[in-house]
Amino acid sequence: MLRSTDRGLYCEAGGFYVDPWETVELAVVTHAHWDHARPGCEAYLTAEPGEALLRERLGPEVRIQSVPYGHRFRQGAVEVSLHPAGHILGSAQVRLESRGEVWVVSGDYKRQPDPTCAPFEPLRCHTFVTEATFGLPVFRWPPQEQVFGEIHHWWRDNQQSGRSSILFVYSLGKAQRVLAGLDPAAGPLVLHESVARYLPAYEADGLRLLPSGQTVPGPTLALAPPSAAGSAWLRGFGEASTGFVSGWMQIRGKRRRRSVDRGFVLSDHADWPALLATIRETGAENVAVTNGYAAALARWLAAQGRKAWVLETRRPADSDPEA
Amino acid sequence: MERFARLYVELDRTTRTAEKVAALERYFASAPAPDAAWALYFLTGRKLKRSVATPLMCAQVAEEAGLPLWMVAECYDAVGDLAETLALLMPENLPATPPPPLHRLVEEGLAPLCHLPDQAKRQRLGETWRQLDSIQRLLSNKLITGEFRVGVARTLVVRALAAVAGLPPAVMDHRLMGPWEPTEQDYRALLRGEAEVSGPGQPYPFFLASPLSGSPPSLGPMEQWQVEWKWDGIRAQLIRRRGQVLVWSRGEELITHQFPEIRRAGEALPEGTVLDGEILAWRDEAPLPFADLQRRLGRKTVQGELFDPVLVVFMAFDLLEAEGEDWRARPLAQRRRELETLGGKPHLRLSPRIEAGNWRELETRLGESRSRLVEGLMLKRLDSPYGVGRQRGPWWKWKIAPYTVDAVLIYAQRGHGRRAGLFTDYTFGVWERGELVPIAKAYSGLDDEEIREVDSFVQNNTLQRMGPVRVVTPVHVFELAFDRIQASSRHRSGMAVRFPRIARWRRDKGPEQADRLEALRELLARQ
Repeated sequence: MLRSTDRGLYCEAGGFYVDPWETVELAVVTHAHWDHARPGCEAYLTAEPGEALLRERLGPEVRIQSVPYGHRFRQGAVEVSLHPAGHILGSAQVRLESRGEVWVVSGDYKRQPDPTCAPFEPLRCHTFVTEATFGLPVFRWPPQEQVFGEIHHWWRDNQQSGRSSILFVYSLGKAQRVLAGLDPAAGPLVLHESVARYLPAYEADGLRLLPSGQTVPGPTLALAPPSAAGSAWLRGFGEASTGFVSGWMQIRGKRRRRSVDRGFVLSDHADWPALLATIRETGAENVAVTNGYAAALARWLAAQGRKAWVLETRRPADSDPEA
Repeated sequence: MERFARLYVELDRTTRTAEKVAALERYFASAPAPDAAWALYFLTGRKLKRSVATPLMCAQVAEEAGLPLWMVAECYDAVGDLAETLALLMPENLPATPPPPLHRLVEEGLAPLCHLPDQAKRQRLGETWRQLDSIQRLLSNKLITGEFRVGVARTLVVRALAAVAGLPPAVMDHRLMGPWEPTEQDYRALLRGEAEVSGPGQPYPFFLASPLSGSPPSLGPMEQWQVEWKWDGIRAQLIRRRGQVLVWSRGEELITHQFPEIRRAGEALPEGTVLDGEILAWRDEAPLPFADLQRRLGRKTVQGELFDPVLVVFMAFDLLEAEGEDWRARPLAQRRRELETLGGKPHLRLSPRIEAGNWRELETRLGESRSRLVEGLMLKRLDSPYGVGRQRGPWWKWKIAPYTVDAVLIYAQRGHGRRAGLFTDYTFGVWERGELVPIAKAYSGLDDEEIREVDSFVQNNTLQRMGPVRVVTPVHVFELAFDRIQASSRHRSGMAVRFPRIARWRRDKGPEQADRLEALRELLARQ
């Protein structure tokens, strides 16, 4: 049904690629992060709630067709449908069915609740192509209420010491999820323009993310992408404490390398228990593993009696949104 | 243990020096002395005797977490710190009772581990872990593995403790350099208010030279400088006080017992003498490579030089104390004159002064460094006192320009500590009959951005995995710098290079333009 080619995962019977890393004629795109949605393809197909984000990323003149979640349609000899993956707004799993055989490509996904996107929908299939960004048992996420509690606590401490709080977040997806989880009455919030840029797409989907009401005076909390570290914009906040929100913050060395004061463990990817639970729920006998710790997860699954292998993907340099 | 864990979290949650010192002060001001003594012991970089081998710890965690050993190894590879990996893998624990205080955990739980047979060790580890929550487990694991890095420099610990004791930091630094044990009694003695003279065994803080960046003529007339070889050995102080002889390394380790011949030579010194110098392996009036000295360091006890083909000497270059009096404030010229009266002995030598008419002539002498197995020259102002730490100005080290070779990246492995999870440990090869032969491993020299770029390259261009090692497509060429090259039968290339590091990324070169092994053989022959 699908094979790995040097342009990306190719469905020959359907004549399309899923998240190709080179330009192709038709790209079925699981979500708008740029390591999955490469510019330059002739046409894109994506889930309806993600269309606005994809357009924001790729430009107004690009050919994008979108379908509602769950809607089945024929593409060549294959029946295709897109289903929520719970990663970011509009993220989708790609379900492919041909002559009674079902494949599901997960794209990136998580199982924690997220008010900014539809929850992951478990699908039965014969072959499941799963991501493994955090495919090791050292990755077990704490409850997100606890993490938001830590963020608020840190924010309050900083306010009391009279300094700003700078929270580094990936600008699409993580930023909006964090924004939705923050208490807007806790103090003034400022968004870096690369975070603010995506808000209209979220608002079009019915989400109000900007704090309404009046803000409390005092030192600011700024949401900024990691690339803004050291920028003049950030220096404008004066004395500040820095935090980084990512699943990688589970590992101390990763945080120290970032030279931030605090690491907050919150990820838009599945952790180890969620990966295993999801694979089990699909009932898949065959599991192809991509990204991150694919080799370790595939070996683990094989030891549990599943047919599992690593599906090599070629990801562009420095592309991991969580890293 | 709770207080110590809280200190760890506080230190870990800030990158600001002032906040770290404040957290340390709060800890030392409030912790009971028996606990504070151990905290100080670990914070100043001392370690427990390694009691549990890595495989044994991994096996116990694998069992408790229900994981195969290979998975524990994969996780270690990704996390880069054993103690942290194991703490992350252990099932969550919320003990019903508070953990034991630090001194009891160490003295009754961790320190006795080394006397137990393997099975009992595992059982004891399990029992200890059950008393602790995940942060406390991380810490106790770090105390066992000895990888207790908390991002606190020794100077900060000294500063905080000095503040708590109400003493100048320099006094506290000197006290901490001496022998003290992590006991309540010694800890209280360290904090004692009066700034008494140092104990009989304590070395002085070492004075360090800065690398010379400009050209030597900028230092002014040559007559103001004393010039010596820069020896490649172990920097040490030889102390003769109260009938005792002690040898301290710069790493603040007492290494007297490893060098009995130096101890005996020290016995001939007048009472109340402290010398600064370099320990060297020596034969036929010339130093031997550092590797020969290293062999000696690994030993617990040394029977005597009769059994050891390697002779060891103390190459003295400064005098810090004479007749029990601190001479450090006196000018170097005066210290040197006094040092020369002590004369040379077979195992106690005097680092010769190098004479040269002018800077240009000196540069010619610098060229002899490689064949003399020294690192270059030391330039010391004749009027300089013996200071503390690294101060720019009075002492300079003028090192020889390194050798360089263009080599191809062939293997990569994930790094540890601050570089955990990224591919930062590289092996480089040069050409020999159409094949790339490994010649050096290097870990340093790239900036963060380059490291990320190489990391991504490795992930996308792995040809083969050999355990944690990735064999990568040989396309990237790097210029490696190294100080020396030696023949070695243990290496496939037949050579070993000393201090290899990455000088720069040669993006302008393709792999076929990298150097050949022949070029290194020529260097070896010329040297």
